[in-house]
Amino acid sequence: MLETAKTARVWDTLERSYRARIERGAAFADGKTVRRDEIVSFLEAVIEPGDRVCIEGNNQKHADFLASSLAKTSTDAIRDLHIVQSNIALPPHLDVFERGTARRLDFCYAGPQGLRMARLVGEGKIEVGAIHTYLELYSRYFCDLTPHVSFVAADAADADGNLYTGPNTEDTPAIVEATAFKSGVLIAQVNRLVDKVPRVDVPGDWVSFVVEAPKPHYIEPIFTRDPAVITEVQVLMAMMVIRGIYEKYGVTRLNHGIGFDTAAIELILPTYAQDLGLKGKICQYMSVNPCPTLIPAIESGFVESIHCAGSETRHGGLYGGALRRVLHRPRRHDALEPHLLSARRPLFRSLIGSTLQIDLEGNSSTATLSRITGFGGAPNFGSESRARRHGSEAWLKAGREQRLSGEMPRGRKLVVQIVETFGDGMSPTFVERLDAWELQKTFDMPLPPVMVYGDDLTHLVTEEGIANLLLCDTMEEREQAIRGVAGYTPVGMKRDREMVARLREKGAVQYADDLGVDKRFATRDLLAARSIKDLVAWSGGLYDPPSRFRNW
Amino acid sequence: MEHLEFDYDGTGEKPARALALAGVVGSGNLEVLIEAADLGGRCAAVVDTSVRGFGETWRQVLADFFARHGLSDVRVSINDGGATPAVVSLRLDQAAAEIKDAQA
Repeated sequence: MLETAKTARVWDTLERSYRARIERGAAFADGKTVRRDEIVSFLEAVIEPGDRVCIEGNNQKHADFLASSLAKTSTDAIRDLHIVQSNIALPPHLDVFERGTARRLDFCYAGPQGLRMARLVGEGKIEVGAIHTYLELYSRYFCDLTPHVSFVAADAADADGNLYTGPNTEDTPAIVEATAFKSGVLIAQVNRLVDKVPRVDVPGDWVSFVVEAPKPHYIEPIFTRDPAVITEVQVLMAMMVIRGIYEKYGVTRLNHGIGFDTAAIELILPTYAQDLGLKGKICQYMSVNPCPTLIPAIESGFVESIHCAGSETRHGGLYGGALRRVLHRPRRHDALEPHLLSARRPLFRSLIGSTLQIDLEGNSSTATLSRITGFGGAPNFGSESRARRHGSEAWLKAGREQRLSGEMPRGRKLVVQIVETFGDGMSPTFVERLDAWELQKTFDMPLPPVMVYGDDLTHLVTEEGIANLLLCDTMEEREQAIRGVAGYTPVGMKRDREMVARLREKGAVQYADDLGVDKRFATRDLLAARSIKDLVAWSGGLYDPPSRFRNW
Repeated sequence: MEHLEFDYDGTGEKPARALALAGVVGSGNLEVLIEAADLGGRCAAVVDTSVRGFGETWRQVLADFFARHGLSDVRVSINDGGATPAVVSLRLDQAAAEIKDAQA
């Protein structure tokens, strides 16, 4: 009886599907090279309804030509796609949902499209699988969210499909390997077709098709922060971070977020921190996006080396300027290393970054009621990685402060949030309850969209001072330490003044005076560069800023 | 515009210098003038602000300021262009450090 009940299972469905797609696509290509003016018909031939499709669109580098071509395909041919894509940044990324080409979405970040995204979710045109962290989404590419078809962007390709990604690798390897190793169709848009690529970053036998885009792939200059708009309050907070965190813990390996708060820290390293004698003692090895505000710290030799996952426009803000230069300086030959996979994101030691809302447990979120933005790399950087251990002073000191029960010594990663007590339009950053709870209901999500969890946070820096949550022994102390630096927000006004005074005695709350920070020096004069033009000067004229930041 | 006046107990010494000025009037910024004044040991503050409705916040920010610095016999005059409490406190602290500094 067993034999009759057994149905014949086919074991090569992926392989058969792949071959059929390649055969259909070949009608619009010469070898692996797709004829550009037939790109829409080509996509209709290789993509099937219901496919999982990944469009490379990470922080900056975008397969924008393929994304806009997908938005022109007929919904008779392609519909109900499941898009698995880290970053929703360009209008065509949402056009495909508006017109029914795609229906389901798993993603990480939707900064500039956050408002439209919220509307489309509300209209039922997008079913959100989840707002993932980068690491979660990339891991799932290899597990259950493997793309049937992926679009990537590269600088150049040859006729065999070998790709050169240029200075900007970002998440390309994760997408390429997940797709190619499971019989997915990998399509690369390239800026130019060449006889021989300068370097093979992706071997041609993993690449199904290439197409030369009509113009170079789009790069979003999201890391460029104009020093001209850094405020004196941001300078003050930067001074407190340097004294109260970097100097205190001897932080040498760290990650910075990309906001103005951390830009201010970068710009006072060669001035304030150097005057304190901290060169060679703090911030030597940084894992950061290529923020141009780091140029003075690199050029002055304050920062020894930098690891970046991506690049900035014009071959990478920093790269276009500092990289070539730095590469010719033997002492700092390793100051920039453009080939980093996003998979290295969890390796780094301390994080410092900004947010929009913080509650009384220290949970923070950038998701507010009218926008769905996601969090970028912050959840991965901004969490205690319990598998890690090492002997750095910062890690051990933070562990000692935490005073876990039991005899076994253990370190602790420093996770710091830096915020002003009031944000845009006098909206308080500190809240009794995060909007994330409301969002969870509105968008039917399994969890409130929290960026950094309170129990992963070690320090909170505001213009008022620093709350050291490691030194808080109870949830009540933690709440009062947070209120103690929440200034004149309603949350701050409700502080228990006696308890905050006690917390100040034991160092769990520290104000500028306690940190040895003289507020008279908190002026823009402390910034090593006060404009984009100053950054160009620091780089010896090699930094070529994005045009929108040039005003001379 | 809103005009506010406050009066506080003095808690410390008379200032070392006659006056100190910090900041400039501008959007999101403010000008703070601190002067030594014979107020019988008390402290006074006068605020002219472009933003209405934050009287209670001003009262608290200034109360904390005088408590923090232990001043007496001073008058603080503020011309505010809609600064956040963060900027207000920074300017006040900068001006106070200046007026207390006999060396400067």
